[in-house]
Amino acid sequence: MLQEESDLSLIIAQIVQKLKGSNLYSQLERQAWASLQRPEIKLESLKEDIKEFFKISGWEKKLQNAVYSELSVFPLPSHPAAPPEHLKEPLVYMRKAQGSWEKRILKSLNSMCTELSIPLARKRPVGEQKELLNKWNEMGTDEPDLSLFRPVYAPKDFLEVLINLRNPNYENGDSLSFRTHLGLIQVPLKVKDIPELKECFVELGLNIGQLGIDDSTQVPPELFENEHVRIGQKVLAQQDSAAAQQYIRQGSPTALRAELWALILNISSQPEDVLYYEQLKTNVIQHDLLVDSLIYKDVKLTASNDDYYFVFEDYLYQVLLCFSRDTSVLSHFAFNSASPPKSYIRGKLGLEEYAVFYPPNGKIAPLCFLYHEPSKLYQIFREMYVRFFFRLHSISSHPSGIVSLCLLFETLLQTYLPQLFYHLREIGAQPLRISFKWMVRAFSGYLATDQLLLLWDRILGYNSLEILAVLAAAVFAFRAVNLMEVTSLAAAEAVLADLSTLKVMPLLQIFLFATVT
Amino acid sequence: MAGKVKWVTDIEKSVLINNFEKRGWVQVTENEDWNFYWMSVQTIRNVFSVEAGYRLSDDQIVNHFPNHYELTRKDLMVKNIKRYRKELEKEGSPLAEKDENGKYLYLGLCVFHRLMFSVNIPRRPVQPWIMILSHRFKKCVPKDSKTSSFVSQSNKEAYVISLYINNPLLIGGRKFDLRLYVLVSTYRPLRCYMYKLGFCRFCTVKYTPSTSELDNMFVHLTNVAIQKHGEDYNHIHGGKWTVSNLRLYLESTRGKEVTSKLFDEIHWIIVQSLKAVAPVMNNDKHCFECYGYDIIIDDKLKPWLIEVNASPSLTSSTANDRILKYNLINDTLNIAVPNGEIPDCKWNKSPPKEVLGNYEILYDEELAQGDGADRELRSRQGQSLGPRAGRSRDSGRAVLTTWK
Repeated sequence: MLQEESDLSLIIAQIVQKLKGSNLYSQLERQAWASLQRPEIKLESLKEDIKEFFKISGWEKKLQNAVYSELSVFPLPSHPAAPPEHLKEPLVYMRKAQGSWEKRILKSLNSMCTELSIPLARKRPVGEQKELLNKWNEMGTDEPDLSLFRPVYAPKDFLEVLINLRNPNYENGDSLSFRTHLGLIQVPLKVKDIPELKECFVELGLNIGQLGIDDSTQVPPELFENEHVRIGQKVLAQQDSAAAQQYIRQGSPTALRAELWALILNISSQPEDVLYYEQLKTNVIQHDLLVDSLIYKDVKLTASNDDYYFVFEDYLYQVLLCFSRDTSVLSHFAFNSASPPKSYIRGKLGLEEYAVFYPPNGKIAPLCFLYHEPSKLYQIFREMYVRFFFRLHSISSHPSGIVSLCLLFETLLQTYLPQLFYHLREIGAQPLRISFKWMVRAFSGYLATDQLLLLWDRILGYNSLEILAVLAAAVFAFRAVNLMEVTSLAAAEAVLADLSTLKVMPLLQIFLFATVT
Repeated sequence: MAGKVKWVTDIEKSVLINNFEKRGWVQVTENEDWNFYWMSVQTIRNVFSVEAGYRLSDDQIVNHFPNHYELTRKDLMVKNIKRYRKELEKEGSPLAEKDENGKYLYLGLCVFHRLMFSVNIPRRPVQPWIMILSHRFKKCVPKDSKTSSFVSQSNKEAYVISLYINNPLLIGGRKFDLRLYVLVSTYRPLRCYMYKLGFCRFCTVKYTPSTSELDNMFVHLTNVAIQKHGEDYNHIHGGKWTVSNLRLYLESTRGKEVTSKLFDEIHWIIVQSLKAVAPVMNNDKHCFECYGYDIIIDDKLKPWLIEVNASPSLTSSTANDRILKYNLINDTLNIAVPNGEIPDCKWNKSPPKEVLGNYEILYDEELAQGDGADRELRSRQGQSLGPRAGRSRDSGRAVLTTWK
């Protein structure tokens, strides 16, 4: 008990420390000072009165949301003597792997620079700055020559790195047993099995109403939908992050989704935030990074050709270009094993650091369906990236990290669909090779937009990406009959090529709760 | 029941021909005995013209109404709508209510004002206007007083002046319009179906209302045929969104009520336009027609009717497009030619629910009137058009609307 208490006080102290530096703190302070004018605040009971005032005016709620938000990203308590790298990633071999992966990316970037004689970063001349400012809203229409730019890496390369991960302390012997993992991932991380997943995702159960199932046209709205919408509106009125997170496990009504996500991610659009975004925009105008061209090329290839997202092409450029210059994102990497390659701006201003991230553009486009104000869109994207999506691009042992997701997927398939798994393996179509690209993009670009948003509702609700692996397994289960008949990797790919007609919630429900195990 | 349906067409499009062939229909020429003729608008003119003396037999169906131009020619549409409004006003119908500025509250459907022969732009237009060619025609004078033949004298053009919507709803900074397909099987009683899979067509360049851009065809006109020649036209997706995508976007960013209201208004516009021309339309029982409705939405989420096409394009710009148009024709034929058998134009034109495919009943006058006249008054006024207006598809009634 004593240990728990001291852990708790440590956490409290750390959160307080963190919040003291935040905007909320100064706002609360201001409010407290202003409240002294109010008649109900008396000197004798100053502390109590101010607390009461905060409760009534909604400021306590805001503080609550902020604390809750910090808790969601806080690492677990650890030994006081643990070094910081250990906090980020406890397993040494994972750290090493991530380190060498990063070095590889940087090397690739540098060699591209040398090849094309383009600096990694440079300051733009004034004329060019003006030009860019003018066409800020239509960057999609400009078509510089990008043929020489290669993407830094493809998902396939990343998969190869993950496949080659080995724990040097683990030796499972040469003898095959029923325990042998037949998949591609060969590291012994703990992943959940279906009974554990059922416990974890209990709100997706068969007897609980869901949006994505119980709001279809055949079901009268009185049964579930109307009440669910009402509750959603109440949650928003209360502005309670924790309640919103619980609520959204059953899906979010389309009209409430934008606000609910903002509440859960604890994003409120203050003037300072808009200013911050404008600052980033200025950075983009002033400096040209090599990665900008990569971003440009990536967006052109993917989003521009997508049936749903092509409309938002210009927003994607704006957000990504700003994002690649956002140093505040770096602070969140204190909790992640990744340290993204940094590049340095040459110039008289001295060295300024800019981080170089691999453009995750697929994850922004669906957000454009919810937020059309650029700085809000930017904030939401940034928060989603630092909470969830970065884990899809880096090597770590975190349960929501891509390694764990891959292992979870393969384990689920092998355990619950052994015949299918074995068959696919025999024909040279390891299932992970097909599903990897879905998971690494969080299914963006593969599912219909409304289905994708329902899926991401649950990511936010459960604060975990595990559902991506479960969905991937559920898709294989759904198409099992056809897959059993194919005889090549290409044919298997063809069966799973088009996910745009799938309804994710029934698939998840059936796989978790209605499959005989 | 004997024999296969014989079809003719003068529009060589694969989406049509594939649909005929998959039903096992037999292609013939127009001089032979045919059952089904998918014709262009020029041909329909000839078929039904007085000189041709064509008489269609009971087992022959064509895909146009003889005087469809009452709906598709802009000046005539205006005339018909104005007449319709006046009639409603005379009846004292609440639909014809006007606001304090004399503007119709519920019947301000479309952007056109009628104009013939001369240009009469208001001196200081508050909003920009554009002139749209309504139609070309030849002005004819009688050859001589004894005969009744005419000789064409000069080529004339008739224009309508259109209110220019300079505050269109923009998505991703781009202007777009909606293309919706509406099938009419009979005008009296009015029975029409709306295709669920309509789509939005986007401009490739960003919209700016500045006047210097007014000359840039690509910004303002969204017809695909014109967009294709713009530099930024993308061949893979053709700048289209499904209507359900649009709905998702609007519900997410603007809320459910206003989105439902928007879609209700769109259905309203379509039905009113059809009702307006129904009295003057030649309700030939050999005819059905599939119209392409072009609608634009302004930034207050009010829809405006731009035009109605009697011969919506069957060219496909992308693979998805081809699939959509193929299915459109498929569902249309299922409704117009029941069971794919040799048609009998005397049938009651009431297909069973199962064959509708991606169509849903937009308005069925027979069913609506069967409900009794008292429903008429309960229409636009007090009724809130709730979410159910777009929902249950079980009954065969006018399910897309809560009004009759």
